Amino acid sequence: MATWTEPSSSITTDLREIAEDVVARALRAGATSAEAIAREGSEFSVTVRMGEVETLKESGSRSLGVRAFIGRRAGSTYTSDFTQEGIERMLKGALDLARVTSEDPCAGIPEPSQLGSCPGDLKLYYEDVYSLAPEERIEYARRAEKAAFDFDPRIRNSEGGSFEAVDGRRVLANSHGFTGEYRRSYCSVVAVPIAQADDGAMQRDYWYSSARTLSKLDSPEEVGRIAAQRALRRLGARKIASTRVPLIFDPQMARSLLDQVFEAVSGDSIYRGASFLQGKLGEKIAGDNVTVIDDGTLPGGFGTSPFDDEGVPTQRTVVIEKGVLKSYLLNTYTARKLSLKTTGNASRSLAGSPAIGNGNFFLEKGGRSPRQIIAGVKQGLYVTEMLGHGGNLVTGDFSQGASGQWIENGEFAYPVEEITVAGNLKDMLNNIAEIGDDLEFRSSMAAPTLRIEGMTIAGE
Amino acid sequence: MTQNQTLFFHKFGITPTDLQRYLSEALSAGGDYADLYFEYVTSSLISVDESMIKSASQGISAGCGVRVLAGERTGYAYSDDLAPEKIMRAARTAALIARGPAKELVQGFSEKGAHQLYQVPSPSVDADIAVKVDLIMRADAAARACDPRIVQVRVSFTDELRQIMIVGSDGTFASDVQPLARFSATCIARAGENSARGTSGGGGRVGIEYFLNEKPPENFAREAARQAIIQLDAREAPAGEMEVVLGPGWPGVLLHEAIGHGLEADFNRKGTSAFTGMIGRRVASEKCTVVDNGTLPSRRGSINVDDEGSPTQETVLIEKGILKGYLSDKLSSRLMGMPDTGNGRRESYAHIPMPRMTNTYMLAGEDNPEDIIRSVNRGVFAANFGGGQVDITSGKFVFSASEAYLIENGKITAPLKNCTLVGNGPDALTKVSMVGNDLQLDEGVGTCGKDGQSVPVCVGIPTIKLDSMTVGGTAR
Repeated sequence: MATWTEPSSSITTDLREIAEDVVARALRAGATSAEAIAREGSEFSVTVRMGEVETLKESGSRSLGVRAFIGRRAGSTYTSDFTQEGIERMLKGALDLARVTSEDPCAGIPEPSQLGSCPGDLKLYYEDVYSLAPEERIEYARRAEKAAFDFDPRIRNSEGGSFEAVDGRRVLANSHGFTGEYRRSYCSVVAVPIAQADDGAMQRDYWYSSARTLSKLDSPEEVGRIAAQRALRRLGARKIASTRVPLIFDPQMARSLLDQVFEAVSGDSIYRGASFLQGKLGEKIAGDNVTVIDDGTLPGGFGTSPFDDEGVPTQRTVVIEKGVLKSYLLNTYTARKLSLKTTGNASRSLAGSPAIGNGNFFLEKGGRSPRQIIAGVKQGLYVTEMLGHGGNLVTGDFSQGASGQWIENGEFAYPVEEITVAGNLKDMLNNIAEIGDDLEFRSSMAAPTLRIEGMTIAGE
Repeated sequence: MTQNQTLFFHKFGITPTDLQRYLSEALSAGGDYADLYFEYVTSSLISVDESMIKSASQGISAGCGVRVLAGERTGYAYSDDLAPEKIMRAARTAALIARGPAKELVQGFSEKGAHQLYQVPSPSVDADIAVKVDLIMRADAAARACDPRIVQVRVSFTDELRQIMIVGSDGTFASDVQPLARFSATCIARAGENSARGTSGGGGRVGIEYFLNEKPPENFAREAARQAIIQLDAREAPAGEMEVVLGPGWPGVLLHEAIGHGLEADFNRKGTSAFTGMIGRRVASEKCTVVDNGTLPSRRGSINVDDEGSPTQETVLIEKGILKGYLSDKLSSRLMGMPDTGNGRRESYAHIPMPRMTNTYMLAGEDNPEDIIRSVNRGVFAANFGGGQVDITSGKFVFSASEAYLIENGKITAPLKNCTLVGNGPDALTKVSMVGNDLQLDEGVGTCGKDGQSVPVCVGIPTIKLDSMTVGGTAR
């Protein structure tokens, strides 16, 4: 691979000019307001399996999308064709569609006074993500896998180690004269080892580290070692009888529960009556120990950006404070529907209406270490994986496949699998008995270790 | 479609000579095989919410992916610009996976006869938008007319037309024009403090006529409303092992999760599947025969050729309970010395192909569905499902029932709240004791995710009874 000569990152287009031009042309073509989004990015990924490069991928791409309004009617289109002809066709399509959609009093871009950008350096882009020579990138992946193999002879197979680097730029422009842009970098290293017991039974697990700069990435050795430990501790897993015991959710699983809370407080779910938290603003919906925050302004965060996908500055929103539901997460449309103010949580793909996206969404940490929480459990289950899509936000019912470690007198006794854990989110939020001090952002959502009472394990 | 009819030749001016040049560049550092995947997709979405057409969108995505295989290594690069210098650059990048002298390619391309599984007179992406507006507004009205307790209705219609062309350094040439349309309806019902949701949908590789004639939108709307109303009265599902009856159609997602993924050749080549090395072994009761068949007319999972240019086929996975074969793509086929089953699929030009399912189903048996229910003393009847997931290495899978009932003394009784079923892939089907004579395929709603890539699939199953399965409810 020593002959690699391609430039490592190739962002070149003047996206700003293009986005502003699309807005201007939309107005000339008959739109009463318009919003354009232009994206450009490059990706590099390599997977090393059994010590050999398995896949190597490198490419760049760009795309353009527009939302055009005729009064309170909206149409949207996108393209990857940046030629004049391609842009013309995209604009004509958007206006044609705007003529068939319904007059919706809440539709439209934000008011001019709502537009803006978070000041200061949000530390989203680091050139070092693309600074490594190709050989070194491959080495990252190789080292992660090797560390897993070296950790224990029972790591006998692998789905590989991988390294990824992503660089993306985004421009948003609208007909109120707003133009904003930002660039974000991202890199990650992953290991997916497979442990095998003497009887042939296999267990796979993974671990990863991700960051906006290489300097904050955990070492591949650390990632590989933890991945190996996670796979090994699953060997010999058994099914257990149906029971009700305290469940301890590790931070990854606690985050997946928090994801359900995010969906339930999203403006889209609320105005459609599709959430068990509809109409609960100002009410006690969780225990006193529960505070949940969404903050799109944390420097360097995975959920950070200077403005949302409608050009509204991101902000810090207290969603649940000491158990009381304080705010939903809203974009312009859902805010108008609910007669509230947008929280700067608009998220859109190239086409279609904006949805709700989170900033850095987290449950505030408590005071106990995970070790202390586990030590305090006489009999219980430490949940380390959940499978499936068994959540119903309308009712709050929750039921998912799970695996983890059985806890007996404060210590891990044996691994458990092929069971389900079930409850109702309304009850679960009120039954969080303990909250760990181990809050760590590994993605744009984070939660510490949680002990929840009153859920049901279904097994034999 | 023949070579000179493809869009890529006449619209983008690509010539066979260009293709040879790109492939030569891709193999300039050696490698065993190279291919180019050209794709041009037009898609549209229109939806009604609160009886208003709130969203209408459409878009075009085009690009070319270049892949180079060298032993077990894959180099991949793509361009969303079909200009020659951009494709050459992608070829040069992908080429770097190999290290050696340049490889010669086969001169000239040959095209195999392909299936004609979806002859749509006019693709629905090109249909008059007013027709689509009318369809979704009809569905909205039908759902609201079902019951006053229906308080929210959302209906959407999405379609796409995917034009692809694949050329390989072994002389492979294939092209296809793949229509796809899907109708979705979601209803929320409310009675006092109780709320519930119901969803329904359908479609396939069909034109707009399908929704005007064969499957009018009112069908999907009423079905979503019916499910929401039933769920209003649902009670907590039981927890623990019991007899489970799966209804026909979409519950076939059991096969997809429990065995389908585990039989994809890549996992078995690497020895990472719970089914590794089990060909010839019993993995199901002798009443079970399971196939993957990409050649069913008009189905959502059907394709004339896969995304590597190989014709699709019917592949027997399990015959009378014995594991017969894997689902393969070109890479696994070459490395494992087994036939390519035409299951190499990818989400788009930006993705590396891998073995994927198409339409996966269990063949009908001889039992009367009513007898199957009657044979159960206490258990669960699962009529409809949401999604599922599997851990391929351990074989453990889950899938969530969105419509289920208690069976008591041979009779279907109370509706149950959504409950999850869990099992172990290599032995779940050994517990199948009855197989109905009522095979159905799902209505055309399935999307399968693997390694971050989504592809449309279809599942099917007759009514079956499993003597024991873990039901993940909350009732004591």
